Amino acid sequence: MKNQPEPFPRLIPVGESALLVELADEIDLSINNQVYALDSWMGEYVVKGVTHWVPGYASIVIHFNPLLTDVSIVQDWFEECWRSCPPVSEREPAQIQIPVRYGGMEGPDLEKVAKMHHISPSEMVRMHTVPVYQVGMMGFTPGFAYLMGLDPGLATPRLANPRTYVPAGSVGIAGSQTGIYPLDSPGGWQLIGRTDVALYDPHHEPHFLFSPGDEVRFVVAEESVVQ
Amino acid sequence: MSLIIERSSALMSVQDLGRTGYARFGLTESGPMDGWAHRAANRLVGNSPEAACLEIGFTDAVVRLDEDALLTVCGAGYRVKVNQRSVPLWVSFLARKGDRVHLEKVTGGNWVYLSAAGGLDTSEWLGSRSVNPRVGLGRQQVEGDLLPLNSFKPSLSSLAGSILPEKFQPGYQENPVLRAIPGPHTDRFTPESLDVFWHSEYRLTSRSDRMGYRLNGEALDHVSGADLVSQGMVLGEIQVPGDGQPIVMMPDHPTTGGYTCIATVARCDLPLLSQALLGEGRIRFAAIEPPEAQKLLRVAVHRVDTGIQFPEEDWLQW
Repeated sequence: MKNQPEPFPRLIPVGESALLVELADEIDLSINNQVYALDSWMGEYVVKGVTHWVPGYASIVIHFNPLLTDVSIVQDWFEECWRSCPPVSEREPAQIQIPVRYGGMEGPDLEKVAKMHHISPSEMVRMHTVPVYQVGMMGFTPGFAYLMGLDPGLATPRLANPRTYVPAGSVGIAGSQTGIYPLDSPGGWQLIGRTDVALYDPHHEPHFLFSPGDEVRFVVAEESVVQ
Repeated sequence: MSLIIERSSALMSVQDLGRTGYARFGLTESGPMDGWAHRAANRLVGNSPEAACLEIGFTDAVVRLDEDALLTVCGAGYRVKVNQRSVPLWVSFLARKGDRVHLEKVTGGNWVYLSAAGGLDTSEWLGSRSVNPRVGLGRQQVEGDLLPLNSFKPSLSSLAGSILPEKFQPGYQENPVLRAIPGPHTDRFTPESLDVFWHSEYRLTSRSDRMGYRLNGEALDHVSGADLVSQGMVLGEIQVPGDGQPIVMMPDHPTTGGYTCIATVARCDLPLLSQALLGEGRIRFAAIEPPEAQKLLRVAVHRVDTGIQFPEEDWLQW
């Protein structure tokens, strides 16, 4: 973890029960890889009072019980982890394949988005299925993964009028991000397809399909309208 | 053994201390809006702090018992009657099979916790009984619901009459001054706006719920926009989006957010915000540093844990 330009990492308390560690203020794959190298390294050396931490694109928020420890101890612990952490994670990220039915009723925006980018629907599907995406962070709703790695040629603005109902499993694009809706919800993403894979199941283990740092690939399902 | 909901309040859900450790997967912690009242409610009936209570908010409710039980109601903004007889808050009492507990909404707060010796034995998901319908974990209670109760040791009946005296209760106010820790994004606000935040009054709007309490006052200006690279959020964090109006994160808050945070409400004062008057309450903030907030939290926990007076005759018997 060397060659970091000042002032990062930036350590700032959030109240008396959490410490924010910022590694950068931009979204960048190498920074995100650092986050997950640290994430697994910290897991090896947990100290008393630290209850959990939440990795972000370029940050980690460390939560602790202020009745058992305090912010200066947690700060020292993190700095020790930072100094000793290998630059690349030793953990092999899980690789998860998501079969998607592209286009048709389940991907109602696919043709329009393809037109916006002056490509055919099947070229659009090809461009969406080529990259290996990385779960940059999770949040927004349970099981939702912010995926990094969308082909910039597919970046598309959100819908001007969000839908009031988007079914769980819908695959969409918003700005330079792509993602899957874990739950039925309202939403403004351009919908290009749907998967049957469950991302969040509160009643059965594993409760979450993805973990932060995982690698994800979309594949064309047999029944896909657009191949 | 059950609690029967004869009339449900506007917001009524089972809450224990919530689920820790799933925020990295996007699942929020949940837990009580007023952690002090919840803690006291469990202690007064001999439960451990993790036991599940019924959180009742904003309007009247009626609950009936199908067995004898040792109960208490803690919090603010309610009056309690068992059948026709008034019972104070912050006191444990024995209720008999068939008794009706009337929770009548009055001024002075929003939430109370009904706790029973043994604790509620309702469904558990991911290590907690806390309900959060937005993420598929249970639902708000409605009329006719039966909430199973764990049976309790008859010897606990001797706890009836235990009380947390007023001097150990949280100092609820309709217009509280909340202590808060500055940051982490202090440098993203103009100096004038920081001055406004720490020295002016905010109205607590009625657009507030278990996810967040929205404040309204003089708009705060950012130096370079309100957005940041999304990162984890913390209970009590005060986010300021582009419109310059602060939102305080409450127990069902989203796990990550992309707006600057000007300060974080000290844990010890969060119940005061929960119980402040929605729509009209005036909120002010006072800056403190983390070590002081930590000390205040320890004192507050200690007050609840050691302030309870048990019935005198039991002391004599011992």
